[in-house]
Amino acid sequence: MDLYRAHVLVCGGTGCHSGGSSDILASMETEIAKSGLDKEIKVVKTGCFGLCEVGPVVIVYPEGTFYSRVKVEDVPEIVSEHLLKGRKVERLIYKEHDKAGDQSLENISFYKSQVRIALRNCGVINPENIDEYIALDGYAALGKVLTEMKPQDVIETLKASGLRGRGGAGFPTGMKLQFCANVPGDEKYVVCNADEGDPGAFMDRSVLEGDPHAVLEAMAIEGYAIGAHTGYIYCRAEYPIAVKRLGIAIKQAKEYGLLGKNIFDSGFDFDIEVRLGAGAFVCGEETALIASIEGERGEPRPRPPFPANSGVFRKPTNVNNVETLANIPRIILKGADWFASMGTEKCKGTKVFALGGKINNTGLVEIPMGTTLREILFDIGGGIPNGKKFKAAQTGGPSGGCIPTEHLDTPIDYESLTAIGSMMGSGGLIVMDEDNCMVDVARFFLDFTVDESCGKCPPCRIGTKRMLEILERIVAGKGKPGDIEKLEELGAMIKEGALCGLGKTAPNPVLSTIKYFRHEYEAHINDKVCPAGHCKALKRYTILTEKCVGCSACAKVCPADAISGQIKSPYVIDQDKCIKCGACIEKCKFGAIEVK
Amino acid sequence: MATVTADKAKVDELKAYIAEHKGIKGPLMPIIQKAQEIFGCLPIDVQDVIAEEMGIPMTDIYGVATFYSQFALEPKGEHVIGLCMGTACYVKNSQPILERLRKELGISEGATTPDGKYSLDATRCLGCCGLAPVMMIDDRVYGRLKPDDIPGILAEYK
Repeated sequence: MDLYRAHVLVCGGTGCHSGGSSDILASMETEIAKSGLDKEIKVVKTGCFGLCEVGPVVIVYPEGTFYSRVKVEDVPEIVSEHLLKGRKVERLIYKEHDKAGDQSLENISFYKSQVRIALRNCGVINPENIDEYIALDGYAALGKVLTEMKPQDVIETLKASGLRGRGGAGFPTGMKLQFCANVPGDEKYVVCNADEGDPGAFMDRSVLEGDPHAVLEAMAIEGYAIGAHTGYIYCRAEYPIAVKRLGIAIKQAKEYGLLGKNIFDSGFDFDIEVRLGAGAFVCGEETALIASIEGERGEPRPRPPFPANSGVFRKPTNVNNVETLANIPRIILKGADWFASMGTEKCKGTKVFALGGKINNTGLVEIPMGTTLREILFDIGGGIPNGKKFKAAQTGGPSGGCIPTEHLDTPIDYESLTAIGSMMGSGGLIVMDEDNCMVDVARFFLDFTVDESCGKCPPCRIGTKRMLEILERIVAGKGKPGDIEKLEELGAMIKEGALCGLGKTAPNPVLSTIKYFRHEYEAHINDKVCPAGHCKALKRYTILTEKCVGCSACAKVCPADAISGQIKSPYVIDQDKCIKCGACIEKCKFGAIEVK
Repeated sequence: MATVTADKAKVDELKAYIAEHKGIKGPLMPIIQKAQEIFGCLPIDVQDVIAEEMGIPMTDIYGVATFYSQFALEPKGEHVIGLCMGTACYVKNSQPILERLRKELGISEGATTPDGKYSLDATRCLGCCGLAPVMMIDDRVYGRLKPDDIPGILAEYK
């Protein structure tokens, strides 16, 4: 193997890729070759580093220099200064807002409190090279399982580790495997649920893009445990990079004999196929996903029978989420006790969250269960940008709820989040500040679920639509007394009556915003005011007489003829005619128009 | 407009794919995906070819083709503009950008301009939340958008 004096890691995750990292990579290779350094320095395209906010990211080892928001034009300077002459390019080094001094990777607060298990290889290895995965103990767990362990040992290890499903429901992984192993039959399936539909969540995508072999290895381990020989990865079609890298990984694993017939000479056969989704949120629900793999409309089926008894092609099937799987090889190698030593009493290990919205450090973080939301948002996430005030964080996406300031110190695990009216969900964590209207956010999520409801059961199909209509009325300033109670009543009925997880959880964003921000609903309905100043229909434009010079620019641009007055004296807006388009405020050069 | 199945080479390509894949388990989704890749959309006559070749009722195919949002029965415009309406983008004000796109293009989301040049979609989360608010035109991603960026970006595709 060739030895290099330095490694340049260029992030190839979706965020950085969208920011132009493939051009940076190409230019880096050309510039290094031009300087005659290509025998000394290796350029590696890795998976996601996690700190997407400051992408495209380039890291230079051995120093661990963290270059952020790199542009193609910066590459020659990095090569000639840093790589050739050993002088770091200071202006590109990532700097935290309130810190000076050494800012190499391990000293950045974003990374300091993280514990990376599922993300262990993301941003470390080249995901398109199986040798790099193997060099970091890749496929050692599969080897151990096939040569030293009985199927039941594998299940016992996972049971003892306390690993629970990371897709949101938190069902114990070992137990699920046990159910499936107990069903007789030699045609069984392992399914990886990579249909990450929660908007604002991209943990699974990063694992698939950054460490695809970990998922393949775990699926083979599960296959051995339950006696299955075929695995399906059901991946969102919106993730083209993940799909491509999975394809490469499967091909390489087959070439190495790590998938296919007689793996490790153990007599165990296992093959994996990728199936693509086509844009249906409900397919993240396991029975709908199974229907989709079979080539049908992705409509959920009533449970029981559970997939462990009757899943893909009506055969026993074990369905796990990507992040759950990514934990498994580590648990096998390091033992159940190691994994169980992290986390809270009922929730072991770590959880990956995708931080997004109004937060300084947008990106992926992996923290031990039991970490508080405050630590995630303010220590790791770097707080709220532009000096704004934190209002709430939404976990669990359209199925979850909001967490207000008073619950910031709740240690995060499945039970504690459910207790405060939210849920763990798959790990999307969207932060909202004082400018976000909670009623409108609830409307946004309902709009999503109404659109994504498959239509099979009436509570979800009709109930969510009625809730959405009420919410639309409220944000349009036409709310009526009794609307809040109606929302609560409908919400409770839908939760009770819906067929699948999508419907059962759809009212959560509404119910939790009513629980914590009832006053915002009341202000919309009773006072026709949006406290956050967000809802357009409730905005009120007024001209400040002391600032208005009477230039008439606003009156000329107003499409509704709502502004009138005499030249050189202050103008006024007729509130009944105003359509709140904001054209006047854009035109006014004197800052004389106020919006509330 | 001539039907898309007038292109015999494309029909043969689809038929060959079906012949090769109809034996696998659960073949319908991959076949419909391939058909959309070949023809760009799934009008009734394309569905007819699939039904014929697979020997299944066309209602089955229509059911699947209309269930998933990525399958289109009508052809899309020359450039497909997808504005992300995921949560992270929404809380970072993607709505005013959507309004600007509607204004500049003169169409609502889900529609194509009369000249067939642009289609506008409000898409699900594109997963680059670090760049929010985000829009994709064809395969290119534009991030950290402001409404005033829109005319300049659209001008690149004139």
